[in-house]
Amino acid sequence: MVDSSSLKKTPFYDAHVKHGGKIVDFSGWLLPVQFKGMSEEHNFVRTSCGLFDVSHMGEFMVEGPDALKFVDNLITNDASKLNVNQVLYTPMCRDNAGVVDDLLVYKYSNVKFFLVVNAANIDKDFAWCNEVKNKMKADISLKNLSDGFAQLAIQGPKAESILQKLTSVNLSQIKFYWFCEGEVDGAHCIISRTGYTGEDGFELYFKPSEGLHLYDSILKAGGNDIMPCGLGARDTLRFESKLMLYGHELDDETTPIEAGIAWTVKLNKPSFIGKQILSEQKEKGTKKILAGLEMIDKGVPRAHYDVYHAGGKVGYVTTGAQSPTLKKFIALAYVPPELSRLDSVVEIKIRDKFLKAKVVSLPFYKREKK
Amino acid sequence: MQYKMSNVDYNIPEDLRYTEQHEWLRIDGKTAYVGISDYAQHESGDIVYVEFTSGVNQTVDAHEKMCVVESSKAASDVYSPVSGKVVTLNVELEDNPEIINEDPYGEGWMFEIEMSNPSEAQELMTAAEYKKFIEEAIS
Repeated sequence: MVDSSSLKKTPFYDAHVKHGGKIVDFSGWLLPVQFKGMSEEHNFVRTSCGLFDVSHMGEFMVEGPDALKFVDNLITNDASKLNVNQVLYTPMCRDNAGVVDDLLVYKYSNVKFFLVVNAANIDKDFAWCNEVKNKMKADISLKNLSDGFAQLAIQGPKAESILQKLTSVNLSQIKFYWFCEGEVDGAHCIISRTGYTGEDGFELYFKPSEGLHLYDSILKAGGNDIMPCGLGARDTLRFESKLMLYGHELDDETTPIEAGIAWTVKLNKPSFIGKQILSEQKEKGTKKILAGLEMIDKGVPRAHYDVYHAGGKVGYVTTGAQSPTLKKFIALAYVPPELSRLDSVVEIKIRDKFLKAKVVSLPFYKREKK
Repeated sequence: MQYKMSNVDYNIPEDLRYTEQHEWLRIDGKTAYVGISDYAQHESGDIVYVEFTSGVNQTVDAHEKMCVVESSKAASDVYSPVSGKVVTLNVELEDNPEIINEDPYGEGWMFEIEMSNPSEAQELMTAAEYKKFIEEAIS
C-alpha cells in the first residue's frame, strides 16, 4: 500500500474515493488512475464528456512592467502576438534548447501573465523562472500560486452544453485557447477553453475553498452525459492526439524541434533562451525526431522500449498503448530522421522479440471540427 | 504502481484455490484449469494483449511462467500454480483478451494442466484465505 502520509491530496480526494476512483501515487499526489475503466472513460470523452481533477498542476503569476519581456525571453513561442484573454501553448528551454517544461501562458495584459506548468516540475520551473528573472534583471514579481488553485477539466463534445447550465457566462463566445473570468455555480473561476484530450472542453481554475462543491455539481449538471475520469484515460486521450507528456516526449535532453512541435518555436523573435541551438536544428536538422508508429506484428509497445533497425538500436519509445479509439497498438518514438518517413519499417524490442512496426502520420486521432 | 482501495467488492468463488500472484485453480479430476482472479483483472485494468510463453504438451514446474498479460497499464506474468503437462491453452484470449476482464473465472480461463503432483493444489489458498490475503494487501 501507499504510505499516504508523505503524499499530497487535492481538494477532491474524498470525491474520488466516493465515486469509486482507484487511487495511485502520481508524482507525489494521490490521484485516481481510473473509475469505471480506462477505455470506457476514454471513449466517453471522445463521444460525450469527462470530468478530470487536475488540481495538481502548478500556477505561477508574473506581474510587473517587464512581464511581457520576461515571458517572451522565457518561452519559445511568441507571447507578443497574444491578445488579452488568449492562451498560448509553449515550451520553455535552457540555452542548450533542452525543454525545462511545457506550459500554458494566459495573457491578462502586457504587465500580467498567468503560467500553468506540470505538477512534477513546479519546483524546478519556479527555480528556473527566478534564475531567468534575475539574469534579465526583470522588473516583475513572480509568485508560485500552486497551492492556492484547484483545477477541474471538463472535456468532450458535450462539455459546453453541460458547463453552460452552471454559469451565466456565454460559453459559446469563448473560442478555443481563449479564457475569461466568471462565476460557475457560485465560485469565481478562470474559465479556459483548453484541454489535454484532443477534444473541445474547458478547464476551470479556482480557490479550493470556493469550489469544493464543483466536482459534484458538474457531475450532477451533466447527468448521464458525463462521467468522472482518471489519469489513465487522460494519458491515452492526449497520446492519441499527440499532445506531449513531459518526462516522456519532452525532457531536459530533448528540444521542441526534435519533438515535432516546431510550430511552437518562433525563430523570428529577436531573442529568447535556446534560440541559437533551435535555429541550427531548424536549418540543419536533428539526430532524432518524434515519429508515430503502428505495430505490424502483434505486441504492446511501451515507454522506454528500444527501437531497432538493420540490427542496430536506433531509438526508443516514449509512449505506447493500445489506442482505445483506433483499437490498434501504437507508439510515439524517437527515431533517426531517415527512418521517420511514412511507411518506414522499424522493430521494437518487446521482451526478447523484435516486432515490426511502421511509421504512420501524426496525430493518430484528430477530432472532426464542427 | 502501488495503491490502496477499499470501495470495490471482488468475486472470490468458494470452490477454487488461489495463489499469492492472484492466479486461481479449478480442479477437475486429474487436470486443473488456471486463470487470474477478479481482483487481479480489476487491478490490471483493461487487458489488451495475451501471449502464451508455454506450449501444449510441454511439461512445466510449479511457478513456471505460462503467459504474459498486458493491460493498458503494464505487463504481468502468469505462472502455473502446479507441476504437470500443458493440455490446452485458451488461444481465444489472443484475439479477445478483454474476455479476462469480462469473465475471469469462466470464459477467461487461461490454460489446462494435467497435474503430476495433485497435492501441490491442496497447498494453495482457499477462498477464505485468499480473501484475507487481499484484505491485508489493500488495507
